This record gives sequence, C-alpha cells and structure tokens, in this order.
Amino acid sequence: MIIDLEFFVSILPYLLEGIKITLEVSLTSFIIGFIISSIITPTRIFLKIPFTLPADSYVELIRGTPVLVQLFIIYFGLPSIGIYFDPLWAGIIALGINSGAYQAEIFRSSIKSIPESQYLAAESLGMSNLQIYRYVIFPQAVRIAIPALINELVTLVKESSLVSIIGVTDLMRRGEYIVASTFKAFEVYIVVAIVYFLICYTLSFISRKIEKILKIPGYERS
Amino acid sequence: MKEIVRIENLSTGYGKQKVLDNISLKVYEGEKVVIMGPSGSGKSTLLKSIVKLVEPWSGKIFLNGFEVTSPNIDIRKIRQMTGFVFQNYNLFPHMTVLKNILLPLRIVKKMSKENALKQAIKVLKEVNMLEFKDKYPLQLSGGQQQRVAIARALAMNPIVLLLDEPTSALDPDLRDEVLNTLRKIANEGIAMIIVTHEVDFAIDVADRIVFMDKGRILEVGRPREIIYKTKSDMIKRYLKSIHVG
Repeated sequence: MIIDLEFFVSILPYLLEGIKITLEVSLTSFIIGFIISSIITPTRIFLKIPFTLPADSYVELIRGTPVLVQLFIIYFGLPSIGIYFDPLWAGIIALGINSGAYQAEIFRSSIKSIPESQYLAAESLGMSNLQIYRYVIFPQAVRIAIPALINELVTLVKESSLVSIIGVTDLMRRGEYIVASTFKAFEVYIVVAIVYFLICYTLSFISRKIEKILKIPGYERS
Repeated sequence: MKEIVRIENLSTGYGKQKVLDNISLKVYEGEKVVIMGPSGSGKSTLLKSIVKLVEPWSGKIFLNGFEVTSPNIDIRKIRQMTGFVFQNYNLFPHMTVLKNILLPLRIVKKMSKENALKQAIKVLKEVNMLEFKDKYPLQLSGGQQQRVAIARALAMNPIVLLLDEPTSALDPDLRDEVLNTLRKIANEGIAMIIVTHEVDFAIDVADRIVFMDKGRILEVGRPREIIYKTKSDMIKRYLKSIHVG
C-alpha cells in the first residue's frame, strides 16, 4: 500500500472541524458529570442507608448498563414521552449522566481512602466535621482523585465517538463521511485514530504534570 | 490537689466486644500517670474514651469538672482542653510542620495569625523542631514526626496530655529522642497520661503506674512498687516479657 500524503493533508482540515465537536461533547459532559457527582457524593458519604439508596442506585444502574443503551434511551426513547433533544444535546446529556456515576465513584473511593487516623487526629484537636473535611480530608482526597478524573475525561473523549451514531458530526462522523465518498477506510480511520490519540495523550500528559505539582512532598519515600 | 480527670465505672468496647470493664481512675493536676499492660488490655481504648474518641457504654468521665459523658456537652470544647498524641503521629501529610500546628490554633482556638505563629514557634522550639518548620511530615524521620505531633498537642495549651504509645512505632535510636522530649515536657508541670511499655521512662517520669489486664485495672501504685515489688504473677510475667526483672 502506498501512503498518499497528499490525501492525508487534504482531509485534515475537514476532520479538524470535528475535533471542536468532539471536545465540546467531551468537556461539557465532563462538567455535567462533575456537577452531578458533586451533588451526590456528599449524600453517599454523610447519609446512612436507606437515604443513600437513590444515589447508590443511580451509580449502580449507570455503571451496570452500556453507555450506548443510555444514549439510545435519551435520543430515541425519551421522545415517546414527549421529551426531545437534538443529537448534540442528547449525546452530551447521556455522556454527562454516565460520567456523573463514574466521577461519583472516583470521589467516594478517594475520600474513603483517607485513613481513619486522619479523622481521629482532627477530631482530637477539636475540629468540627465541616472543618475536618474542608482542611484535612478533601485536600488529600482531591490529590488522589485527580489522576482518575483525568482518566475519566480521556475515556469520555473516546466514548464521545458514540454520538456519531445518532448523527452528530464529530471527528468520527466526519471520518465516516470521508470514507463514504473516497472508500479509503484504512487511511481515514488511521488518521481519525491518530487525532483521538493525540487528544488523549495530551490529556494524560497534563494529568501527569498536575499530579507532580500536587504531589505531597516526601510521599515517594514513605 | 485539683482533679483533672475522673473516670467512674467506665465500660466500653467495639461492636459487641467489651474492652473496658468498670474502670475508675483519677488523675490530678500536674500528675504523670503511666498506663501499662499487655496488648489488648484496653490501654489505648481508655485513653481514647477520655476525649470520647471511643463512645462509652456506661459510667462517667469528668475532665476539669465537665462531664465528658453528658449528652449535652460540646465534645469539641472538651477536646480543646486536651492534647492527644498517637502511636503513628497522625500528622496531616499535605501540610508543612508549621501549618500542622497553626491549623488547629487558627480554626479551633480562633487565635490571630500573629499569636498562632508565636505559639507555634514556641512549641516547635520546645521540641527542637523549629529548623524543620517548612518541611512536610513525610520528609521527616518517625522520631521527628512524633516530636511535631507532641508540639501540635502542646500548642493547644492542654490541661492534660494524652499519649498513646508514643514510641512504639519507632526504632530504638529514634525512641530516645522522643522520650527525652517527653521528659523535658514532664518537668513543666502539665498532667500527662501515657500509655507505654517503656519501663525506664515510667520509673523516671511517672507519679503512678496503672497496670491493666483484660479491660480492668489490676494494680495502681508508685512505679518502683509496681515494677520491683508487685505480687501479681500477671504483672511479673508481663515485665519479664518486656525484659524487665
């Protein structure tokens, strides 16, 4: 097979337009997921069963079903009860709700990973519950959560390609259009894959930098 | 002499397992009380109960006249009167040494920035750790971390210092630096209740030794009486196990 560089260059501008949509879908759904998880994490940490049930059920249901099914329920299912979204927003909402469950799990496990001894020390100093979480637990939990959160964003970038199925002209959909008109599936999808890889690799790189900045000094020795 | 801690018929435990069985004890102003006993005898639980880090099942605890066990008490106010030092130091690893000490002074004691800083520097000097004030806990040795933990407890100006096996997580060479720090503090007149297996330290510092076994107080007395003259086979066995006698 001869690599046709000219062809690669000619399709790039059209594909790059799709990156905007891919990033818009990924970032907006990440923010929606962050808001959802910020609301439900405290209920899962501070409340006791049965009050945690709604939040726990949401997390389990979302994590236990494919994101594609969730997307179809929102885009194809909801119109039957009179709720309509355009493809872009259906995609963003589905991925946002999906990501909320995963982010909530990241926050819960990060907070739970702080040793009991930290709570005891803070309590013994006379701190209130609010002070314990604000000054002792959250600053440590956030450091633990950040790599997993950025990993979740990387996952979202990749999962955002699913919105192409419902007609959103993201990076993936644009690739499909080019394949349909040129029949050069191999070359086109390789370029699409490289673009996804570059986005994800950049995010991983940023994650490592943030991790380094937030690392607790001396941690590597213990 | 003024009574600082009074424990009356305290029983408590974890889950369904009873750990303390009908304990009564008084500690007076400036007194140093060492609690000894084999592992699982309830020493640490007793210490934690004093500031309600373990919920009592029955009995009463008074600290400086306030009933700790009363449901109406603001337990945070009680904890502010004590300083607790843990076996594993329990410093906050994301804060510098100085910030570890400043935080409770600022947010619990509500001290001004200036006064909190003065107090923090004073206690860090006392434990010989001022030069490490900008280090993070995990950059320090175990002995240094424990000295910072002692400083953090002292900074609150407690009426009693509660120390839960402060040297048992340390190597022998690091143990001495912590014990020497504690000896120095002991001379300053603050009441101390110390759970430890360090017999020499107990003889040097303690006014009384409380010996516990299976959640009960087996014997209370002056250190030399307990260590050298006890008639209890249990205590003799324990002392032998830690290479004394």
